[in-house]
Amino acid sequence: MRFMLLFSRQGKLRLQKWYLAMSDKERKKMVRELMQVVLARKPKMCSFLEWRDLKVVYKRYASLYFCCAIEGQDNELITLELIHRYVELLDKYFGSVCELDIIFNFEKAYFILDEFLMGGDVQDTSKKSVLKAIEQADLLQEDGKERNVQ
Amino acid sequence: MPAPIRLRELIRTIRTARTQAEEREMIQKECAAIRSSFREEDNTYRCRNVAKLLYMHMLGYPAHFGQLECLKLIASQKFTDKRIGYLGAMLLLDERQDVHLLMTNCIKNDLNHSTQYVQGLALCTLGCMGSSEMCRDLAGEVEKLLKTSNSYLRKKAALCAVHVIRKVPELMEMFLPATKNLLNEKNHGVLHTSVVLLTEMCERSPDMLAHFRKNEKLVPQLVRILKNLIMSGYSPEHDVSGISDPFLQVRILRLLRILGRNDDDSSEAMNDILAQVATNTETSKNVGNAILYETVLTIMDIKSESGLRVLAINILGRFLLNNDKNIRYVALTSLLKTVQTDHNAVQRHRSTIVDCLKDLDVSIKRRAMELSFALVNGNNIRGMMKELLYFLDSCEPEFKADCASGIFLAAEKYAPSKRWHIDTIMRVLTTAGSYVRDDAVPNLIQLITNSVEMHAYTVQRLYKAILGDYSQQPLVQVAAWCIGEYGDLLVSGQCEEEEPIQVTEDEVLDILESVLISNMSTSVTRGYALTAIMKLSTRFSCTVNRIKKVVSIYGSSIDVELQQRAVEYNALFKKYDHMRSALLERMPVMEKVTTNGPTDIVQTNGETEPAPLETKPPPSGPQPASQANDLLDLLGGNDITPIIPTVPTSKPASAGGELLDLLGDLNLTGAPPSAPASVPQLSQPPFLLDGLSSQPLFNDIASGIPSITAYSKNGLKIEFTFERSNTNPSVTVITIQASNSTELDMTDFVFQAAVPKTFQLQLLSPSSSIVPAFNTGTITQVIKVLNPQKQQLRMRIKLTYNHKGSAMQDLAEVNNFPPQSWQ
Repeated sequence: MRFMLLFSRQGKLRLQKWYLAMSDKERKKMVRELMQVVLARKPKMCSFLEWRDLKVVYKRYASLYFCCAIEGQDNELITLELIHRYVELLDKYFGSVCELDIIFNFEKAYFILDEFLMGGDVQDTSKKSVLKAIEQADLLQEDGKERNVQ
Repeated sequence: MPAPIRLRELIRTIRTARTQAEEREMIQKECAAIRSSFREEDNTYRCRNVAKLLYMHMLGYPAHFGQLECLKLIASQKFTDKRIGYLGAMLLLDERQDVHLLMTNCIKNDLNHSTQYVQGLALCTLGCMGSSEMCRDLAGEVEKLLKTSNSYLRKKAALCAVHVIRKVPELMEMFLPATKNLLNEKNHGVLHTSVVLLTEMCERSPDMLAHFRKNEKLVPQLVRILKNLIMSGYSPEHDVSGISDPFLQVRILRLLRILGRNDDDSSEAMNDILAQVATNTETSKNVGNAILYETVLTIMDIKSESGLRVLAINILGRFLLNNDKNIRYVALTSLLKTVQTDHNAVQRHRSTIVDCLKDLDVSIKRRAMELSFALVNGNNIRGMMKELLYFLDSCEPEFKADCASGIFLAAEKYAPSKRWHIDTIMRVLTTAGSYVRDDAVPNLIQLITNSVEMHAYTVQRLYKAILGDYSQQPLVQVAAWCIGEYGDLLVSGQCEEEEPIQVTEDEVLDILESVLISNMSTSVTRGYALTAIMKLSTRFSCTVNRIKKVVSIYGSSIDVELQQRAVEYNALFKKYDHMRSALLERMPVMEKVTTNGPTDIVQTNGETEPAPLETKPPPSGPQPASQANDLLDLLGGNDITPIIPTVPTSKPASAGGELLDLLGDLNLTGAPPSAPASVPQLSQPPFLLDGLSSQPLFNDIASGIPSITAYSKNGLKIEFTFERSNTNPSVTVITIQASNSTELDMTDFVFQAAVPKTFQLQLLSPSSSIVPAFNTGTITQVIKVLNPQKQQLRMRIKLTYNHKGSAMQDLAEVNNFPPQSWQ
């Protein structure tokens, strides 16, 4: 995966995770362009489109679009599952997640994403395992103490 | 100084802003507060401030002044600080700034931290945005962590290693020892990331690939793991809709693909498991289909036995019938990749594919169109063309140009009869006339000229077509040309194919004059119309005066091109009337020996056919070296014969200049010297002219000839696909596809080719002269090669195009023709 974006129907960016080096200006340009393309899609169209030299997989959950740019040899269908898994993780963590949760707790959304994916690939395929790690890390944060947890 | 406001409060406040200006004001105020807080080196609230900064950054406001603060947070001992600090680093820093290198030491320390969550943060940051320098410095630490028994860290280290290898490929070797036992893990996270790591290594290095195949016996290990996944019972932790760890399954299948590619043993070892996955996977949900999709991709890419391949294609066929359009899309994409090698199998699903042309989704339609064109052959041409023409009528404008070009190409290759061919061209011109590419017009004219018995029918149909509507320029151009040539047949009502219409000379001139006057007509179209009118002066009997009048009016036209023509034609009437009938004689049948690039054709003096070849001396000595062109030089003087176009007709002499340049001393004033005299059978039309024959040259036999990449440089890639004629075993038809992966279009693209002396080459017109950027489209062109002595095929190609504002040119030799293409 090259990058993942979360944005609302009004074109407001809620999360951006880049797995490749690019200047801020270029990123902004790409985000703007891609948002336009995806927001212009009609509801009945398929979740995949070609954009520049990338494949884009997107899915809408309530008011949020989850958008991933993947490479030529990546599997589009499993990327849809990946997106769904991330939504499930958010849902479990926040309890029936909605866009507001992600707006007000964006840093947590990032933490969860960074526990699930790294460099664009899945770190752990077990929902339970990812959530447990987040939980433990949150506890660490709360305590302000350092513990060795294995 | 009061405590800085909390993050959530800031977010709430900013969201109350009603205008952009109001928001900006709030942001600026807060930024100022944050800046002064940073200046005070306040440790307590640094974390909060950076978090706020990150929020504002997401809204699009500059946040660079927070970069150093992130570094300070990372260096802090508090976990909260580190968490936000690393997040900030990933969002605000990138390798372009030198600042990021300051992180290296912190990351190194944190990689050795006593708390695994801190180590995790460091690995994550390094693995997401580490620069090459950082990776070089820290690779050793990552390698150490790859060998730890802590699975939480091991999985992260594996993915971090992937990033390191991507950034600094030379470091791949150092991770090799650590990979030894990775697949013995029970932990799915480690398994998954290990497979990713192994995939990266195998993809990057053929040596690694060989090593893993032979020494590590990777394939049996992977097969075992996959089998366990499928056979084992329900595992709630990794279950998705009844399937056990689909993410891992897909990654394993992908690694198997790489291992099995071009390797018989490996392919055989995975045959059974692939068949098992293909038949047992539940297909009711997307997740099952995702696995099947990956399985199909693997089967098609390795050396699988035919039964397995058929199974794969059938899976794709079933996908095509799936309600889920994502599945249909994926099926079409895959079929497009396999249509060359498994042509017959894909043909079986042709009707389903053609149905997809009617899909509502644009992406699916495009795929279906491309696939349909790939499936057209001599047997299904009639049926397919009906569907494609219907598609052309109803599709979105963005498809029409490509569709029209594709139809022309297919019609030229497989037309069952000349009448059918003409009708098809007519249909395209009338329904999508304005989308037809400009360079299709000369090609169509050439086709029409060569169908001698259809002239009356053609001109009648064209006349009727523009009578109602002369706004579609390509249609009008072709029609004007034909009327100019065959106007006499039109008024004399000689049509045999259909009911002849009654047309008077005046009516014909009316329509041509309307075209001239209309402001919808482009300058080029007007040129066609004026020339047509002029030609009619020798074909019509009663209206010569009218023609004279029209021509003289345009002698003072503002359009320089028209003016010049009119003046010349005027002169023809006045001073050179004795030459007029000879000059405006009917065009001869054009020998389609070879054409270079788009058929911009050259004016000649209406002489008939290439001069008899006996007059040309046998090429015992070297070709005239003084004016040998680039292609000849490189192919060696004796070896190669130049490719010379013969006769053709009307259009702008500017194109002729181009041809002249290429071919040195081509003599155009007299009868042009034509094809190589060394092949005496050329006194009769060469075999290669059978483009319009009634017998289909190619049947449904899968060519099975592997395609090759003939050229790949500077973002331009040219692929050759092959077909053999079953009526003439010496003929090979090569279809070239040029694609462009850069971010700017390549325009004025011209493809030229030369072959050794014992071959003959015929180059048909390309689909266009623009190779669009980002691989969004291709130029296709057909080359027919006659190889009577069945010698090994070699070819020199010359490419010229404009790219990024400069003219590019390249020469290359193509030597990797597969034996099946010439034996």
